[in-house]
Amino acid sequence: MRHVVNNGKECTFGERRHGMAIVSRGFRGRPGDTHHKLPPGQYETTDFPVLSAGPTPRVDRDGWELTVRTETGARHSWNWAQLMALPSQTPTVDLHCVTKWSKFATEWQGVSLDVLLEDVETAAEFALVHSYGGYTTNLPLEDLLDGQAWIAYRHDGEDLAPEHGGPARLLVPHLYLWKSAKWVRGIQLLLEDEPGFWESAGYHDYGDPWREQRYQGD
Amino acid sequence: MARAAVPGRLGDRLRWKTARLADRRPESPAAHTLVFDVPGWPGHLAGQHIDVRLTAEDGYSTQRSYSLASAPDGERIELTVQRVTDGEVSPYLADELAVGDLLELRGPVGGWFVWRPEQKEPVLLVAGGSGLVPLMAMIRVRRAVGSRTPFRLVYSVRAPEDRLYVTELSRDDPGLDRTFLYTRSTPPQWPRPAGRLTAADLTPAGSPPDLEPTCYVCGPTGFVETAADLLVALGHAPDRIRTERFGPSGG
Amino acid sequence: MAHHPDHDPGTGQYAYEDGNALAGPLSEILTVDPTSALGRCTGCGSRWPLAHLHVYAQAPGYVGRCPDCDQVILRLVRSPDKAWLDLRGTVALTFRLGP
Repeated sequence: MRHVVNNGKECTFGERRHGMAIVSRGFRGRPGDTHHKLPPGQYETTDFPVLSAGPTPRVDRDGWELTVRTETGARHSWNWAQLMALPSQTPTVDLHCVTKWSKFATEWQGVSLDVLLEDVETAAEFALVHSYGGYTTNLPLEDLLDGQAWIAYRHDGEDLAPEHGGPARLLVPHLYLWKSAKWVRGIQLLLEDEPGFWESAGYHDYGDPWREQRYQGD
Repeated sequence: MARAAVPGRLGDRLRWKTARLADRRPESPAAHTLVFDVPGWPGHLAGQHIDVRLTAEDGYSTQRSYSLASAPDGERIELTVQRVTDGEVSPYLADELAVGDLLELRGPVGGWFVWRPEQKEPVLLVAGGSGLVPLMAMIRVRRAVGSRTPFRLVYSVRAPEDRLYVTELSRDDPGLDRTFLYTRSTPPQWPRPAGRLTAADLTPAGSPPDLEPTCYVCGPTGFVETAADLLVALGHAPDRIRTERFGPSGG
Repeated sequence: MAHHPDHDPGTGQYAYEDGNALAGPLSEILTVDPTSALGRCTGCGSRWPLAHLHVYAQAPGYVGRCPDCDQVILRLVRSPDKAWLDLRGTVALTFRLGP
């Protein structure tokens, strides 16, 4: 991340404005690269901004655990060694953050949710993802399946850094990045949708970047 | 009747105003003071800040907050902007924005980190880097109103060339005590070696805790945490320590 | 130097600023200064002016946390035509007003 000016506090939800806006001569903002197809309202970045709603949890791999809990209360857990023993994939995906940056062709290693959920019996249609530190986010269960989502633990050939969600984060790149919960520790399967941290404060329940579903009502 | 007596009460809601750059001057190799004319500016208190909004031709828009550097002066205000390499906004403001150019701003805002001339207790100002800006507004208001309230400024910068408002702070200003400290390199023969803020920097005669000064601390979050901890350890009451931190935002 | 759990040794930076950063965004909604309003944490019971909150602004919205226990006190999200303000972490807010 870049450093600070004066007390230059960034409004992270940059916006695209029309109508009465006063244009500041010569202000170009983010440099755009149009080689890639951008979802509406997004611009391209090559760095990896750190967005955080709270202190970065320090999660020891020895104590790390991922738990899937179904609507009946059945629990399926994996510790770090068990996760590492599962077959992994190395997806290369594009990331789209609701704060308007998109980053293309990012390289990850992780375990597909298809593998983790294979033996889970459920009638649930929704998932509420829980993180160390208390963050939550919701999405339809089907969006975690069919090769669309991973528990990722390596990025760019290195162990996932804590500020990017290490030791492991959810990766659901076809939705806005706030759905890809950092520091993931659990997935709760639910019959009824339950809004997560940002979804209960104005952000969209689904968050498809190609339909620009940023806020409730979009 | 009330409606007629207070026309546009709802219009007092914070709104964006258009400002025009009237003048600019360098403060350090990396910082410029920008002087704006803001029609309808309502005046402000020392320590308050504004939000600045920049919009590009293609509609892209972004915001930053800046502390007001100047004492109230009609519809004219001053900001001091330090350029951050690779920043999105600060290089534009510090280097490109030309006299006559427009931007949008709203404010003034903030009522906690302010100094009012009617405050009579001594004041201890602790600045880290460009955290000096809102504290400079307090120094300027004190001078403008002829206040005799004792002020003490402790100003920490990396190196001599990073200091802001050097000439103004060198001038005689009765009742304003100034201490400069350097974290990386000092001027020649400087008595204090380069290094981070310590309790000793905050203790010399001037503002001991038993005089119950109000302390204003502004700087990057790490600096403010350190300074506030030191002040509490020295015996300053936590409710007399006012802080303003700036975080890891993109300049 | 005191140890602060919020300090990020990975980046050498603190990820938060403070409640002064909420002055502009909240002044769109409130007619009096929000930063000097007094609140009380529903988690640990500590009291503070909103200016003392630890504010995480590098996120989809603003998150204000208790400076003593890190519980979420408020969240503020602004879309182009709406604002969402969630104050679940404070018992009440006290505003000083003129006569």
